[in-house]
Amino acid sequence: MVSLADLAIGEKGDIVGFTDEKLSLKLLEMGCLPGSEIMMTHQAPFGDPIAIKVSGYTLSMRKEEAATILINKK
Amino acid sequence: MSKLPKIALIGNPNAGKSSLFNSLTGMRQKTGNFPGVTMDKLTGTWEIEAHKEVEILDLPGIYSIYPKSIDEELVINILGNPAHEDYPDMAIVVADASNLKRNLLLFSQVRDLGIPTVLALNMIDVAENEGYVINSIKLARELNVEVAEMNAKKGIGMNGLKLAVNKTLANRFSSNDALPLPVEDALIDDIQAAFGEAEPYRSLLWLMEHDRMKMFSPSQREQFEALLEKHAFDPKIYKSKETVKRYELLTEVVDRCVINLNRQWDAAPVKTLTDRLDKLFLHPVGGYLFFLAILFVMFQAVFTWATYPMDAIDGGVAYLNDWLKGILPASALTGLLTDGLIAGIGGVLIFVPQIAFLFLFISLLEETGYMSRVMFIMDKLMRRFGLNGKSVVPLISGVACAVPAIMSTRSIGSRKDRLITILVTPLMSCSARLPIYTVLIALVVPEKSTLFGMFNLQGLALFILYLLGFFMALVSAYVMKLILKAKERSYFIMELPTYKGPRFKHVALTIWNSVNAFVFEAGKIIVAISIVLWVLASYGPGESMGKVAEQVKQANPNLTGIPLSNKIASEKLENSYAGHFGKFIEPAIRPLGYDWKIGIALITSFAAREVFVGTMSTIYSLGGEVEDENATIKNRMRAEINPATGKPLYDMALGFSLLIFYAFAMQCMSTLATTYRETKSWKYPLIQFSYMTALAYLSAFAVYQLLS
Repeated sequence: MVSLADLAIGEKGDIVGFTDEKLSLKLLEMGCLPGSEIMMTHQAPFGDPIAIKVSGYTLSMRKEEAATILINKK
Repeated sequence: MSKLPKIALIGNPNAGKSSLFNSLTGMRQKTGNFPGVTMDKLTGTWEIEAHKEVEILDLPGIYSIYPKSIDEELVINILGNPAHEDYPDMAIVVADASNLKRNLLLFSQVRDLGIPTVLALNMIDVAENEGYVINSIKLARELNVEVAEMNAKKGIGMNGLKLAVNKTLANRFSSNDALPLPVEDALIDDIQAAFGEAEPYRSLLWLMEHDRMKMFSPSQREQFEALLEKHAFDPKIYKSKETVKRYELLTEVVDRCVINLNRQWDAAPVKTLTDRLDKLFLHPVGGYLFFLAILFVMFQAVFTWATYPMDAIDGGVAYLNDWLKGILPASALTGLLTDGLIAGIGGVLIFVPQIAFLFLFISLLEETGYMSRVMFIMDKLMRRFGLNGKSVVPLISGVACAVPAIMSTRSIGSRKDRLITILVTPLMSCSARLPIYTVLIALVVPEKSTLFGMFNLQGLALFILYLLGFFMALVSAYVMKLILKAKERSYFIMELPTYKGPRFKHVALTIWNSVNAFVFEAGKIIVAISIVLWVLASYGPGESMGKVAEQVKQANPNLTGIPLSNKIASEKLENSYAGHFGKFIEPAIRPLGYDWKIGIALITSFAAREVFVGTMSTIYSLGGEVEDENATIKNRMRAEINPATGKPLYDMALGFSLLIFYAFAMQCMSTLATTYRETKSWKYPLIQFSYMTALAYLSAFAVYQLLS
């Protein structure tokens, strides 16, 4: 299964689940819900951190955090 | 105390909470402190009807009731505790209508706590531009609360909000007593048996967050721990499941109440201004160049533009002093007033322009939403050194003053990252170091010399000192990263808000608060030290001070006039309390090239480094051998002769050794006090003081030995 960290800029996917229990609460609260669409929009130099579009706004996170979000690539 | 009904403003960061607060309260605002926490408490009154006022309390922006950082903890400590003096009669939850679902999460949690709540739908215009049409009447019915649509920035919709608040205040109606995600009844019963009747969600909040809530005693915490064990209840799992469940319920509500025109027409998503600006600001190359350009303008303002008001303040204080000396009789009291007190106050006020300029820039960057982009592009670099993208703001603020800089670390969620940021921020060269740098650089770096014919060497030396501070901060952070243990993992999940025009009133308020804190917090200490120093340098132990004049006359029978009184003054200083202190530590600072006079300055600087220049002028004006009373401190220091060599005392080696010492040393009681308040432990100010002093001593030692 692919994670959010595997997306290239402009690619989209649907959130399937989380691999890190501790981070998942923060991610959920920020609107990263299972089933919602997510799009990679920016990457800082060296590909980290990243910015994504989710639930209608822009959210940034580190690559290692993105790797805990499992997605279905579209 | 006022008995006005109290309304808490709650909302996500960037939802427009501060705008609403400003629209409602106008100029009727005041800042205070929350009991027991060093956090600004912003309250104001709102005239909701003719002759009827309510008190509005602005709470920190949060995404959920479950806190992730220190500033977020405050919210549950108030909302979770009905006995808290700031517990509100009702709440207004401000929601960004263009991001409704995520904003409603917090709303539903607040409502379930049993607090009567009004939902204020802000930024309706933005939502409409993005193609969302919200049926707020239906939303009000579905959520069982009063809903008001508004545009807080323009002040539109305030009448509707008044109506909704009035109704809610009259009914005191709190809607929900069911948990969104049920737990076993026995658990709630057990909590209520031990801690009293409360809404089930509030009881559950106590259970899950008891270690962050100040209302509970250690024995009560043990009780909670026992309950968690007894019922095999895992707060982490519950919170995640609860959040998902809430979103499920809210999605249904939103689907019924909001129409997305874009989806219906299948239109391509609009490219917003924010998207286009982010292309530039987050660009791998362009983003950094832009940030550097902003930093350049900022430093230009702080170090060039600010000099005009600073010169004016300096001149004003000097004029006042001369005028007072002219009209008052020459006495010890006049000396204390002019050279002690007024000089001390002047030494505080002189920094105000720089602090004001710096916070003008910082608050503009934060207001517009650009600051979070800086954090984004800097995170990777900062992380290598044990810091966090969010450490950028404290580090930049540290160039003005470490006190507000350390306070701004509260938004850093990870405790380890926050601690390291607090510990290294004072290494950034603050504005109090600037006068020391200026005086010493002028002494040891030739004024007219340039490098390659283009860079002014003095300017270059100053720039290098600032870089050195930043570099040392990074190196120290890296060492601490290896030493300190992390209890929790560092994370960087952060909203990149849409760009907005700044609210100038808010900017002005930020500047006012920072200047205020500096003048009254740091100012008190600086003035006190100036006075103590004046006393220490004017009086001495035993009767030695009184005999000095006689002894000097006997030893130098040929001296008369000014040379004689200078010789006496110099001997007096040596015999004063300050002179004894200086002599006492001289053996320890000899290897750095310092004599006992510099020793006096070092001792006084340990409370606040900005007194260095003042101390130097006190010492050399009392004991100097310069005839001209008006000679500047620079000339007086230049005239000092090293008795051992017969050459000027302030040569390259001593000058740079002192510069390095002041660049790294922890010489600020206000900063140590702030570190104590922010970490709630004496351990960290102690660590901060020790490592920085050791760093300063060893570096100054190395510099002096290499150059001499």
